[in-house]
Amino acid sequence: MTSAHQFCTFYLDHLLFGVESQKIQEVVTYRELRPVPLAPPAVSGLMNLRGQVVVALDLRRQLELPARPREMTPVCLVVRAAGGTVCLLADEVGNVVEVEDETFEPSPETLSARLRSVILGVHKLEEQLMHVLDTDQACEVQAEGQA
Amino acid sequence: MEDSDDIVKEFLVESYENLDRLDRELIKLENSPDDRELLAGIFRTIHTIKGTSGFLAFEKLGAVAHAGESLLGRLRDGQLRLDGEITTALLATVDAIRQMLASVETTNGEGERDDSELIARLTRLQRAPEVVGQSAEDPAEGALEEPVPNIGDLLIERAGVTAAEVVQAAEQQKEGDPRHMGEILVERGAARPADVVEALRVQQAAGGQAASDSGVGRSNDRGNDRSVDRTIRLDVSLLDQLMNLVGELVLARNQILQFANSTEDSGLLATSQRLNLITSELQEGVMKTRMQPIGNIWSKFPRTVRDLALGCGKRVRVEMEGKETELDKTLIEAIKDPLTHLVRNSVDHGIERPEVRQAAGKDPEGRLSLRAFHEGGQVNIEIADDGGGLDQERIRNKAVQKGLISAEQAGRLSDREIVNLVFMPGFSTAEKVTNVSGRGVGMDVVKTHIEKIGGTVDLQSKPGQGVMVRMKIPLTLAIIPALIVTSAGERYAVPQVNLLELVGMSGEQARKGIESIHGAPVYRLRGRLLPLVHLKNALRTQMNSGADPVRLVPGQVSPDSVSIVVLEADGRQFGLVVDEINDTEEIVVKPLGQHLKTISVYAGATIMGDGKVALILDVVGLAQCASILAEGREHAPGGDAQVATESEAEKQNLVLFTGRAGARMAVPLNLLARLENIPGDEVERSGNQWVTQYRGQILPLIRVTHALEERRHLGPGDDVLLLPTTAALQVLVLENEGHSFGLVVNEILDIVESRLEPQSPATRAGVLYSSVIAERVTELLDVSALLRAGEQYEPEAAAKG
Repeated sequence: MTSAHQFCTFYLDHLLFGVESQKIQEVVTYRELRPVPLAPPAVSGLMNLRGQVVVALDLRRQLELPARPREMTPVCLVVRAAGGTVCLLADEVGNVVEVEDETFEPSPETLSARLRSVILGVHKLEEQLMHVLDTDQACEVQAEGQA
Repeated sequence: MEDSDDIVKEFLVESYENLDRLDRELIKLENSPDDRELLAGIFRTIHTIKGTSGFLAFEKLGAVAHAGESLLGRLRDGQLRLDGEITTALLATVDAIRQMLASVETTNGEGERDDSELIARLTRLQRAPEVVGQSAEDPAEGALEEPVPNIGDLLIERAGVTAAEVVQAAEQQKEGDPRHMGEILVERGAARPADVVEALRVQQAAGGQAASDSGVGRSNDRGNDRSVDRTIRLDVSLLDQLMNLVGELVLARNQILQFANSTEDSGLLATSQRLNLITSELQEGVMKTRMQPIGNIWSKFPRTVRDLALGCGKRVRVEMEGKETELDKTLIEAIKDPLTHLVRNSVDHGIERPEVRQAAGKDPEGRLSLRAFHEGGQVNIEIADDGGGLDQERIRNKAVQKGLISAEQAGRLSDREIVNLVFMPGFSTAEKVTNVSGRGVGMDVVKTHIEKIGGTVDLQSKPGQGVMVRMKIPLTLAIIPALIVTSAGERYAVPQVNLLELVGMSGEQARKGIESIHGAPVYRLRGRLLPLVHLKNALRTQMNSGADPVRLVPGQVSPDSVSIVVLEADGRQFGLVVDEINDTEEIVVKPLGQHLKTISVYAGATIMGDGKVALILDVVGLAQCASILAEGREHAPGGDAQVATESEAEKQNLVLFTGRAGARMAVPLNLLARLENIPGDEVERSGNQWVTQYRGQILPLIRVTHALEERRHLGPGDDVLLLPTTAALQVLVLENEGHSFGLVVNEILDIVESRLEPQSPATRAGVLYSSVIAERVTELLDVSALLRAGEQYEPEAAAKG
């Protein structure tokens, strides 16, 4: 393992999150989503990404954060997850940051098990804590009745 | 050395193709050993391989091919007759060549192998039964020497001209006779002119410009299958990329068309029209590139089956139907192994030995049939045998013995469920391990593979009559014609294959056309009752709580027009009620991805001409979903006597909405007359009430929060009743005991079907109780109390105002 990692950062409800930058295929502006009736709650809809139909998941929902205010337009982080390309909706994108292993600390036990599987831990940046997301887990949707 | 590498590569590709064809042709030849044309084709193929391997100095390869070719030469010359043994030896030759090629591909060498036994076998077979003096000419004088499907040969093969006469004629040519072989033979009375003409035609068809040449002229020996020359190999990812680019092009085209239509420039108009046509054709072409007929993988099965059947002393005939059924390339790849496994299983376990079959009064030759067809937006593939079927007792015992299910469970399972136990991991009924199947990794792997691509597998077994395995494979990326409909403001695509007819009703007809049988909507279609499924209900009742609610469209409660799409699924007809029927279109099916795969009502998604995504409905899933719901109603838990008698009231449709600060509330749908959007400027004040003119009447409006006790918290300065703005108000028009009034709410969320169970008593007046609806605590409003509250409130408001 190399000690320096590059993270793409973004904000959700004023919290800073980071995803390993090589997992991010691209960041695109929000476009109209096609809602999918009967879909799990985290599925915000389907997006046309240059001819490819991609599922958009609301990260706020995935991370059990309060719903995004109506007037806020999210951004779409297109990530390559284990199950294919998925679009994650975040509030706003931040900078690309480089961090060292030393600043990392795993999630505390007090976090729920589900959240601990998604939030691997935090990097203690100077300004604020950056939550490190497991992209594959963040793209997993709790099936009905499983929660 | 790059040049030579390229040559080797080309040789490999070409030879693999040729070997695959040889497999097929040899099996065909075994069934019709007198087909000389086929035999000649096989001979030429082997000869090409031999020639090229000689040129590239693959000696072992050359030796094996040479031995095979000599044997074929004897067959071609009619000195030998093809039998099972020879076929097996020739197939072994093909295999040996294939292995050597694989070795060449990976190591650049032929590998350490000893084929002397095979060569000896081939040579021995050549000598069988009567050896005619004339030894087969060695056609490989030069490394690149090509065989000569010359007129002479053709005439020997097709017109029964004897070889001796051709040789004489050739000699005559050598001695200076300038005439063509055909002419000489006709003149000598050895051949009829018609035969010569025919032979020339064949020769020409075989790609020989040499047709008019003299008898020794050569023609392209691969000419028999010229499609080989016209195919190239591509990386599928390149096609994927092209596909997406074309998708983008289509969108750009649409924008240009819109732009062009708004200008007067005729030049631009004409060009954009051309662009339109070209784009459409390009789109179509690129889509087709990914489609392959299923016959591509089936073609290997006759060989597989033959070898297997021979190995276990069985006789099996393979029948195929629907070879041309097209599937996406990636799917073809994905189903190849599972299909092969099923075919092997059928031969190994399914079909009985000839003597057993005969004893059972069946044709000693077993039948294995493969069938493929499109149905319901899916490709169905059936693999059926007429063997003994599965031993249900044994499966039951085995499953219990292996601890896969409990004995008690086993007793409860239906026959069909029992036979489908073979798909469980770790299950294999074969008593002895054969080299074919029975290693315990069997059907469960088949199932996982098929499910991985979103397909299903089902097995049906009839004792003594055989087993049929049916796979349903989704049409990923297939292009299907579909009907586009609108429901709740969103477009959906209904695959045309399921479509029977369309019914449109308007006005009075629309209101009266739909009747109901104990709550289940039906429509009289030519005297017969057609069960109806409201698309809106089907997509909502199941809705997982908290999902982004689909907005209610005001005015939908009693529609002015009704469109019914009559569909057929699994042999049953039903009507799908939608808001609007738009158009039919060819759509590209795109997979939905893992998050949505489990929702059975969708078959996929597609991108419409305007770039927006539309969902494709799975008609079978939709029907199932609707009927499952019906079943659910019938078997509603009836433990509580009161609940049972009031089963109608037990599950109710509720309108969900929010009041102040997002508090969730609900009222029963049956008290609701309409949902309306009333523009703020249409709200008027009448005395101490806010009202609006509504359908020729004056409708009092009450804001929900004010009707409830919340009014207490409002300061006296607030314009408490309503705060008219220019923004539209969302109003539920409620009817109770003959009075109607408009309840102004913050936001209408959804209509859900829910059981009404008081879970906590009301905390304020105007509320019946709180219940958990759609997983959120929701207050069920007491409509009549609201009315009263509203009335009580007015004077107060007037006093203050």
